[in-house]
Amino acid sequence: MTTRIVELRQGILKKNDELAAGLRGRFADAGVLVLNLVSSPGTGKTAFLERTLRELLAHGSRAAALVGDLETDNDARRLAASGAPVRQINTHGICHLDAEMIGRHLEGWDAVGGEKDVALGGLDYLFIENVGNLVCPSSYDLGERIRVVLLSVTEGEDKPLKYPGLFNSADAAVITKMDLAEPCGFDRALALKNINEIRPGIRIFETSAKTGAGMEEWLGYLDESRARRV
Amino acid sequence: MHELSIAASIVDSVTESAAAYPNTHVKEVRLRVGALASVIEESLQFCWEITIEGTPLAGAALVVTRLPVVAHCAQCDADVELDGVQSFRCPRCGTQAAELRQGRELEIESIEIEDEAEVKG
Repeated sequence: MTTRIVELRQGILKKNDELAAGLRGRFADAGVLVLNLVSSPGTGKTAFLERTLRELLAHGSRAAALVGDLETDNDARRLAASGAPVRQINTHGICHLDAEMIGRHLEGWDAVGGEKDVALGGLDYLFIENVGNLVCPSSYDLGERIRVVLLSVTEGEDKPLKYPGLFNSADAAVITKMDLAEPCGFDRALALKNINEIRPGIRIFETSAKTGAGMEEWLGYLDESRARRV
Repeated sequence: MHELSIAASIVDSVTESAAAYPNTHVKEVRLRVGALASVIEESLQFCWEITIEGTPLAGAALVVTRLPVVAHCAQCDADVELDGVQSFRCPRCGTQAAELRQGRELEIESIEIEDEAEVKG
């Protein structure tokens, strides 16, 4: 019986990685800073992004968003109320966004004078709100430059320890719903310690979309990040 | 539960690669999966069986080699294997080691193919 070993040495998600690399190049050429927002369901990604978009637009920045959910366009409608161009991605059961979905939903946003006059080159920021899930999105590169993991004070402080794969892959962490920290008995020091244990040195923002706490620092970070490498 | 998507990606890639070897079938697919790759082997094996059914890969075994996390410790100036994924500290000196050298792999290492004619004979 003849058997042979054939070395392949290739990434399982090679196709996704290639598409993501293509997107990253497009985003860099367009000079748009792309962020991928990841958290569990109910952390408040949409409320946080709503406030971020509103404030960016008020400061004269140009921002757009893609939002992923299994079903409904509720989040896109909420986000669009900020005045920013928004597109909903429905994955119909798939637990994460992938680079192909991003590429497909950017169609028409390439040319100046496209839908709502959105052109990637005319944007400062593009936010991608991932499907609420702390496991699966970690393997899928979307071509983003910054991956942001969000954690709310109503979740356990040990979330980073439970989901190290995702927390370790993030470039920045945002704690949401800080206005509820006290009633929830949120152990701030422990949460910060746990995030830092899994991702040493990561920038952490403590925010409340309701009161606006921490938003100034977050917007400052966005501005800095955009200036740094575009 | 993205193991189903992962299994489908493996089947696509391997089918494509194996096409270069006519009159053979794939006996085994060997993966390298890092401890931080967020893939559960049990779940992947289950999805694998379902995914390969009715494809040219039907009957092929999936062998997964788990890779521990390796990070660079600046203090020891060495690449060190971490104890699990709960703390990114050098097991020798306790310093935080953020620079990963290994642990996110999600790769097809190799495939073992077998000659069809000989199997039949």
